[in-house]
Amino acid sequence: MNPVEPIIQIENVHKRFGKVHALNGVSTAVRRGEVLVLIGPSGSGKSTLLRCINGLEHPDSGRVIVDGITVDRRANNINAVRAEVGIVFQQFNLFPHLTALQNITLAQRVIRKRGTAESEKIARALLAKVGIPEKAEAYPAQLSGGQQQRVAIARALAMNPKIMLFDEPTSALDPEMITEVLETMLLLAKEGMTMVVVSHEMGFAKAAANRIVFMAEGAIVEDTTPTQLYTNPREERTKQFLGKILH
Amino acid sequence: MLDSDPSKRTSPPASVSREATRGRAFPFASFDRFPYWILILLIAGLIAAIVIATNAEYSQIIEILSSGIYYTLYVAFFAYAFALVFGLIAGLMRVSHNPVLYTLGTLYVEVIRGIPLLVQILYFFYVIAPFVADRVPEPYDQFFRSEVNEGILALSIGYGAYLAEVYRAGIEAIPRGQMEAARSLGMSYVQAMQHVILPQAIRIILPPLGNDFVSMLKDSALTSSISVKELTLWTRQRSANTFRPLEHWTIAALLYLTMTLGLSLIVRYIERKYTIPK
Ligand SMILES: Nc1ncnc2c1ncn2[C@@H]1O[C@H](COP(=O)(O)OP(=O)(O)O)[C@@H](O)[C@H]1O
Ligand SMILES: [Mg+2]
Repeated sequence: MNPVEPIIQIENVHKRFGKVHALNGVSTAVRRGEVLVLIGPSGSGKSTLLRCINGLEHPDSGRVIVDGITVDRRANNINAVRAEVGIVFQQFNLFPHLTALQNITLAQRVIRKRGTAESEKIARALLAKVGIPEKAEAYPAQLSGGQQQRVAIARALAMNPKIMLFDEPTSALDPEMITEVLETMLLLAKEGMTMVVVSHEMGFAKAAANRIVFMAEGAIVEDTTPTQLYTNPREERTKQFLGKILH
Repeated sequence: MLDSDPSKRTSPPASVSREATRGRAFPFASFDRFPYWILILLIAGLIAAIVIATNAEYSQIIEILSSGIYYTLYVAFFAYAFALVFGLIAGLMRVSHNPVLYTLGTLYVEVIRGIPLLVQILYFFYVIAPFVADRVPEPYDQFFRSEVNEGILALSIGYGAYLAEVYRAGIEAIPRGQMEAARSLGMSYVQAMQHVILPQAIRIILPPLGNDFVSMLKDSALTSSISVKELTLWTRQRSANTFRPLEHWTIAALLYLTMTLGLSLIVRYIERKYTIPK
């Protein structure tokens, strides 16, 4: 494996949903250990781009290459790719019939073939890492939004992913819970995790992101550093958008 | 939510949806709506028990009819167990994105649901079972020449179609994000179904599944038409032989009622035990 080669390569990706051109020729790359923040108005294709990276959506044309493997509808290694790419959703999507601990051990046992003791040990360590070791036996419905999202992060981390994707991880949270989730993400970034984060949290972008990409209408408008983008955006569309989200 | 549209279902469906309505009104949920009907039933049951216990003729009828109860429970239990399997397979086919599987599953469900259960049982008995039996090597053909087995298979094929729709509704009630989260962790479609979707779907559909078991118990009476010696056939024969229809049919009805009410209670208990914490 070549360490200088980007771990994610996105080459001229197009994706349509009926008449909607969700991705209109997107090309970019993410290096190992890089933290990329994606911003853009609702419907600009941010989620679709993330979902192409772990194969939940497939491009109509163009290529997505993750760690040397082309993510493709026919790829029989799609499940292998997915196990290397963790994703955290806006709506958490925890498994409601399982406890926090079981949420984190399930895929370890099924996919990684780890035993009960080993997977539980890993799960407890991860729950401690995300700051809720005492919630192991709680069911998702008994947890606050912030706690659920941290369990979801732990669940993804338990697979030892090489890449973590975050799709608006704090958008469904009450304001007082946003910080706890962002702190967990910051911790990951500091540990050198490769991350692609869809989030309009400027504080996180400034503290953690190496790069920030502004998307509009399925295309990348601006690709720069957080400081540059927030202080001196190049494109008119970026300025307008920032004006809206920064009040 | 769970296929409660009665216009879409025929014979068992109608009874199934009636059952479901009754299920929701089941007692112990609140005390301001005290379930007087249960009280009345209990008192009536007590009186009936006393009358039967002190009356030699009734006791004797019960004793004779109880061999029919064995077959009624036997047929209902096995037919339901098979129906659970057929229904699961057909239900999974109905939610499959594979057009061949979807079409086959849908054909099964639509064809079966359009034919009265009694006709299905007779058709299986007179047409399908002999056809199969003639083409199966001995001694296995005997399996298809036993009325009990034929009754069980016919009932389970019929109920499988209804249960398929129950499963389908349950699976479709699970938010899309669940499948996506499971797949994102690297699970295959089958693994995600097995570990994430079905465990949740089954908890949701426990009430209709339970009600369908109670319906199955009642519909097992239809197998009397193909000479399965279950409670109904037994009652008909004995009452004709003894010229005592009132006593025999009353006892039979009470026996069915006792079994269905007992089952309903068990079903309610299981449901409560397996609800997902809120
Ligand atoms: N599964 C889908 N079916 C139909 N349209 C979709 C689907 N997913 C996304 N879209 C459309 O594609 C466009 C981009 O969506 P999305 O990637 O979710 O944007 P964002 O995450 O930036 O808000 C939107 O117009 C959305 O309505
Ligand atoms: Mg989105």
